[in-house]
Amino acid sequence: MDVERTSLPGIGLQHVFTTSRGRQVGVVSHRTGRRDLAVYDKEDPDTCIVTVQLTAEEAGFLAELLGTGKVVERLNDLHKQVEGLVTEQVPIAAGSPYDGRTLGDTRARSRTGASIVAVVRNAEVIASPRPGFVFSAGDKVVVVGTAEGTAAVARIFASG
Amino acid sequence: MHSIATQLIEIGAIILALGVLGSIAVRFSVSAIPLYLIGGLAFGAGGLLPLDNSEHFVEIGAEVGVILLLFTLGLEYTAGELVGTLRTSAPVGLADLVLNAAPGVIAGLLLGWGPVGALALGGVTYVSSSGIAAKVMGDLGWLGNRETPAVLSVLVFEDLAMAVYLPILTTVLAGAGLVAGMQSLAVAALTVTAILYVALRHGNLVERFVSSPSDEVLLLKVLGLTLLVAGIASQLQVSAAVGAFLMGIALSGPLAHQAQRLLTPLKDLFAAVFFVFFGLHTDPADLPPMLGVAVLLAVVGIGTKLGSGWLAARRAGVHLTGRIRAGAALAPRGEFNIVIAGLAVSGGADPGLDSLGSLAAAYVLILAVAGPLLARGAEPLARRISGRRRPRPQLDTEPDEPDEGDGLDAGVPRQADAPEDEGLPDPGYTYKQD
Repeated sequence: MDVERTSLPGIGLQHVFTTSRGRQVGVVSHRTGRRDLAVYDKEDPDTCIVTVQLTAEEAGFLAELLGTGKVVERLNDLHKQVEGLVTEQVPIAAGSPYDGRTLGDTRARSRTGASIVAVVRNAEVIASPRPGFVFSAGDKVVVVGTAEGTAAVARIFASG
Repeated sequence: MHSIATQLIEIGAIILALGVLGSIAVRFSVSAIPLYLIGGLAFGAGGLLPLDNSEHFVEIGAEVGVILLLFTLGLEYTAGELVGTLRTSAPVGLADLVLNAAPGVIAGLLLGWGPVGALALGGVTYVSSSGIAAKVMGDLGWLGNRETPAVLSVLVFEDLAMAVYLPILTTVLAGAGLVAGMQSLAVAALTVTAILYVALRHGNLVERFVSSPSDEVLLLKVLGLTLLVAGIASQLQVSAAVGAFLMGIALSGPLAHQAQRLLTPLKDLFAAVFFVFFGLHTDPADLPPMLGVAVLLAVVGIGTKLGSGWLAARRAGVHLTGRIRAGAALAPRGEFNIVIAGLAVSGGADPGLDSLGSLAAAYVLILAVAGPLLARGAEPLARRISGRRRPRPQLDTEPDEPDEGDGLDAGVPRQADAPEDEGLPDPGYTYKQD
């Protein structure tokens, strides 16, 4: 599946792909968190025939319906299998010392033993973020580890 | 006698009147800019209600309005986007500049305003209103369309061109001699380069200084820094507006969003005051003689923007409908055009340029209203040219299954309820939110 990604200066990003049935579907991601779901005209691929404006929350719900829930579900299964492991979703609040800093800066794994396995941002799951990944307020960090370890990670994100 | 009480009464009356005008604009979903201008015309010299006590406040408020307009515009772009746009869309951007500035320059010379007036009027006819254009595209559901990135690139290019043009205009208007003019231009170029360098290379330093978990602290720091930079830029003959624009570019990322959220209400207030101030300084009696020229320039201005849009969309590999949409989206003129005219009128040593203010006011009044109307008529017009019927609901069914008729109206884009195959809606048409 090829996804076409275009930057919309001053607005955000646009992703468009063609389904196996030949329909073009796209999402305009506004920086404000708004999402526009765009479905293109069969006969004129330049034109959106329908545009649905979604708030960040609605887009999140739609994504959930379309399958984002899968990742968290799988994690839950994982920690059910492994005794003593818990999965926590730690939100990055506005004003967190790590808002705008990288995953590497947190040194979370060496400090707590817990692992950051994914970040949920605007209903999008970024699996296995790299050390250079930059957090921003509003992210939910998915942490796997012992109960103490995940709690320690939550403290790191709250107060450094 | 400027007692505080009378000043408060006047300022309150102005802002309340703006609120009422704004509610009318919202009701008919048109841009409020033309209404604010009309409000200013109604209040000012030769208008219904001459205001003289609050003149000073309105003047400062207008200046702050311009600064905040440009600052929030700069916030919308990251330095990287600007550089990227310059790389990719310079040819189209230059074509847009030549096409759209030419009518203004020619008209300025024909009206006998000399090279300075021609330069200012060229700027007035050149710039599209990125604010109105973005709103129109959002309202009509055009953001996902294939031509939209090209349209936005043209708008970014125009805003960048302003960063170069405004210092030149300010210098020329000040009536500086050649040597002094060259000097201040060199200072302007240096200042712009310095701010851009800081923004591109050390944006994080600025952000680290401004950043604060408290909204209150952030607001004070950002507003203070912006006004300070704008003031210094103005002192260096770069024009306060450009300083503010570059300051906006220097901030990016989450901080820019926070700053935007905090400053938007202030921007709305002071920008409205600016349009009123401009209207106040335009004598309504000057409008009728300029009306003919303004209508002519507006018609030409729509034509040249259609040309720009056509070129930009064609370069993006988009076909007829999208090319017409792109031109229509670029047609509205608004805040920037008034900013340029305001500079020409207030900064000009030449009293002959006062009528340029009236011309610009009439021009923007026409295009801020006609531009969005034209955009609503763009798709019917394109269908008329290409002879396609109105798109029907498209269900994702097997190709040989018949469509479900018109029971599902969801596939039809939201548009004004124009009858089939009607061209432009007639100008008396008002659109309602459905």
